[in-house]
Amino acid sequence: MTLLIEQLLNGIQLGLLMFLLAAGLTLVFGIMDLVNLAHGSLYMFGAYFCASFSAWTGSFVVGALLALPAALLLGVLVEVVVVRKLYRRDHLDHVLATFGLILIANDLVRLVWGPDGRRIPLPAWLSQPIRLTPDLPYPAYRFAVILVGAAVALLLYWLVGRTRTGMWIRAGASNRTMIGALGVNVEALFTLVFGLGAVLAALAGLMAAPIVTVSIGMGDNILILAFVIIVIGGIGSIKGAFIAAMVVGMIDTVGRAFLPDLLKSFLSVAAANTAAPAISSMMIYLLMAGVLVWRPTGLFGARS
Amino acid sequence: MTGMTAPLRTWRGRVAVGLLVMLALLPWYSPWLDAAGIISQRFALTVMTRVVILAIAASSLNLILGYGGMVSFGHAVYIGIGGYTVGILTYHGIGSGFVQFPLAILLSALLALAIGALSLRTRGVYFIMITLAFAQLLYYVAVGLEAYGADDGLTIGRRSDFAGLIPIRGPNKFVAFYLLSFVVLLLVLGLVHRLVNSRFGMALRGTKSNDARMQALGFPTFRYRIVAFAIAGALCGLAGALLANHTEFISPAMMHWTRSGDLIVMVVLGGMGSLLGPVYGAVAFLLLEEFLPAALAMVLTWLHAGLTAVLGAAAAGDLDAWLKMAEYWQIALGTILILVVLYARGGIDGLFGRSRHG
Amino acid sequence: MKRRAFASAALLGMLAAPAWGQQSIKIGFISTFSGPQAAIGQDMRRSVELAVEHLGGKMAGKPIEVIFEDDQFKPEVGKQKSEKLVQQDKVNFVGGYIWSNVLLASLKTVTDEGDTILISSNAGPSRIAGDLCNPNFFSTSWQNDQTPSAMGQYVQDKGIKKVYLVSANYAAGKDMLSGFKHTFKGEIVGEDLTKWPDQLDFSAELSKIRAAKPDAVFVFFPGAHGVQFLSQYAQTGLKGTIPLYTAFVIDALSLPQLKDLALGVPGAQSWVNDLPNEQNKRFVADFKKKYGTYPSFYGAQSYDTIMLIASAVEGVKGNIGDMVKLRAELTKANFKSVRGDFKFNNNHFPIQNFYIQETVKDAEGKFTLKTVGVAMKDAKDAYGDKCRMK
Repeated sequence: MTLLIEQLLNGIQLGLLMFLLAAGLTLVFGIMDLVNLAHGSLYMFGAYFCASFSAWTGSFVVGALLALPAALLLGVLVEVVVVRKLYRRDHLDHVLATFGLILIANDLVRLVWGPDGRRIPLPAWLSQPIRLTPDLPYPAYRFAVILVGAAVALLLYWLVGRTRTGMWIRAGASNRTMIGALGVNVEALFTLVFGLGAVLAALAGLMAAPIVTVSIGMGDNILILAFVIIVIGGIGSIKGAFIAAMVVGMIDTVGRAFLPDLLKSFLSVAAANTAAPAISSMMIYLLMAGVLVWRPTGLFGARS
Repeated sequence: MTGMTAPLRTWRGRVAVGLLVMLALLPWYSPWLDAAGIISQRFALTVMTRVVILAIAASSLNLILGYGGMVSFGHAVYIGIGGYTVGILTYHGIGSGFVQFPLAILLSALLALAIGALSLRTRGVYFIMITLAFAQLLYYVAVGLEAYGADDGLTIGRRSDFAGLIPIRGPNKFVAFYLLSFVVLLLVLGLVHRLVNSRFGMALRGTKSNDARMQALGFPTFRYRIVAFAIAGALCGLAGALLANHTEFISPAMMHWTRSGDLIVMVVLGGMGSLLGPVYGAVAFLLLEEFLPAALAMVLTWLHAGLTAVLGAAAAGDLDAWLKMAEYWQIALGTILILVVLYARGGIDGLFGRSRHG
Repeated sequence: MKRRAFASAALLGMLAAPAWGQQSIKIGFISTFSGPQAAIGQDMRRSVELAVEHLGGKMAGKPIEVIFEDDQFKPEVGKQKSEKLVQQDKVNFVGGYIWSNVLLASLKTVTDEGDTILISSNAGPSRIAGDLCNPNFFSTSWQNDQTPSAMGQYVQDKGIKKVYLVSANYAAGKDMLSGFKHTFKGEIVGEDLTKWPDQLDFSAELSKIRAAKPDAVFVFFPGAHGVQFLSQYAQTGLKGTIPLYTAFVIDALSLPQLKDLALGVPGAQSWVNDLPNEQNKRFVADFKKKYGTYPSFYGAQSYDTIMLIASAVEGVKGNIGDMVKLRAELTKANFKSVRGDFKFNNNHFPIQNFYIQETVKDAEGKFTLKTVGVAMKDAKDAYGDKCRMK
């Protein structure tokens, strides 16, 4: 029973971490209709910024707080120099150009930080387990991830659903010319949204950093996962991204936790050990394919 | 139908013919390049065989992506199916190319039919991602194939045997195989050309720009699109069978999603919906990947020499430090890609004049 | 003369200088120089350059030319770069190869050439030790099973009864577990193979480990993944509760990141930076002087690769066209290895000692590794019988 609760917490934690990454992606995609492959690079930059700032200040929390404005600046810079020119193009142009950005980002990081990865040491109060019950210790830092993830989810819900900026953003998503005519500076609005996406990506990167360590290309593989999540959820839907991230996090964790034992009940130990990781890798893709066959625009995507 | 000289009337046509002639004659002029110390003949053939095979794969993707608007992000899976068909049959002692190649094409077509049937209901990015999903599923199946080397892959003992018509060992095997691949490329280009200029192709292009209208006009658009999807899969499977023969090695990495991404990059870079676009894309992308570091090193050496001459050795610094910058060649590659998107619309093909369809 | 020829500029014919093209000893070296595993490649390249420097830039009076190529951690790229080295640069030797799959993809390209020798500086898949063994192939590292076997022996000798195994789900990762099970005879209470290379979170596995209550955990993760696993192991509070034994997790590359996390976690290796032979003292001291860090075992094996080549080239007096003699000289392993002298098994894998290492702080307060015992003496790999080569 304890193990089950622990694994559920693990699933929630992983889901929220992926939500942080997917939220920025679905926001940028949904509003500006921009496929941004470089989202993973912004995630990587968030982690590297945090590594440098926390080494410099000696504190992870201060480092993280400094990394966010740095990521905002980087996001705005990328938007103004490259991305802004892409809005009127089709998705394939986005893919090619932002793939170019990935190549540049990875080599730039190698040039600046060197090929070695970084590990961000946590302060003592975050690096120890908390005892939930006498026989269930849980890493404090993973609780922090759960709290931050939940807070960001609520904040985004409030920002997009309840504020004037959010209203413009939603209006911009459905009709660009219309809100331009209403006197809103669409260009500035889009820069703002892209910057917000960059901050969310960086936040995901720096929250993940103490767990996964910081390395070149860390955003490339997880990017595909983020796309899977926003597509399952339906593009542009924060709610969809949230639900999909939780489901994917849960399936992934539960698969790794219980699948090998389940398979051992009818396969040989060796076969089960080999099959389990393969099947659990496949599961999220099966889920995505299944959802899309059933609902071609994801769970909460706009119906055409 | 215009005469044989028709392509030579435009710059676009002249460049296309020029490239194909350059490719066709490679075995004959490569010894000169070798003698001049520019590139060894063997390596030139090895590199260009790979370019030609991937040009076939990119052309097959172009059929559905460029003309049909179907962005498959799992197209490398058919390279994998073709490759594994050859690899597995050879492993079990069935070495005849007359068995391996048709089977590779057939299996790829069937797989494409199945994937297409499930995927074609979706549009846009959803289609991109569902094709990725199916490709990933097969990728993980290949990773799990313990008997055929799992993720370490499988070395292919000998190349496909075409009843002795094509030498599979000895010094001539490289030239023969290059020419075989090139002829296949020509045939594939011919087939794509015929297809897109037929009634079928017109309908397919129609579905790209306005599917609803085509349906209203009474075209069974789903059927058109799925047939195109299956043909593209079959042609790509053929490329996979060739690639397995070329590398004499198969591994799941052949169908990793990054390979599918490379194919898309080749098509977009070369020019979507143009017959020769994918060939330009494959040539440019693969040659850049192979030679950009060397080219950068060369430019840096020149710059260094120039600086030394003007300012003296002290100001120019150590050449090694300069050459180290060439290691960051991916920054240059990324910049080139972005510049192509921003300033060369229609890809490389677009540089040579306006497209006339097909 | 040492010449950095990154991605052969000679290719465009502009830098090709026929003056040294003819008589030099050409060595191609394939490793990973980009992406998350580039730190390994950098360490190997530094060691190769140091070896060339120690040789005075010459073998049997002929200048050494090393051409480095990046496999980008992908088998097909590694194969293509191997093709370039043998077909374009016409090298005499190809060294390097971190990854088993890259080596397997490139094996035929290099060894079928006839006049080129392949020397693996790291990867040691069982098939190359067995049925794919080749007269033109040599290893200055180990066969994949050996290092974990040494660790299994050590854990067995310690009297540990229940062990939990965690490894990465790819070929070498599976070799590691089977190697461990060769020598460890106690109970395996759990076994997890994690997704490779993109699993970022080990929480599910760590929870299972805690629930299984083993006496010890054995783990294999190379490079960045090892750092990841160890930090999560500590965050979960398992470090200090359940002892951890490792293969290829703690080395000179991961230590600057791991720091105190590595304390008290033993690992097995055929080379440790404090082995007391003269060649090793010189290698480690000069490496530290030149680059400011300790070399890793990847570097040590790469250094040995160059030294093995040098011994054979000297043995045939620079006449490297005579392949029969060259191979005979290589087979003698007549050089001062940094791990102490060794002999080759019939499959051209070294017969060597395996040590247990632990993390300590050196005089300057840097973290480094220290030999604490010998797990296996003159160990032969288990695949020699399957190799039909005499």
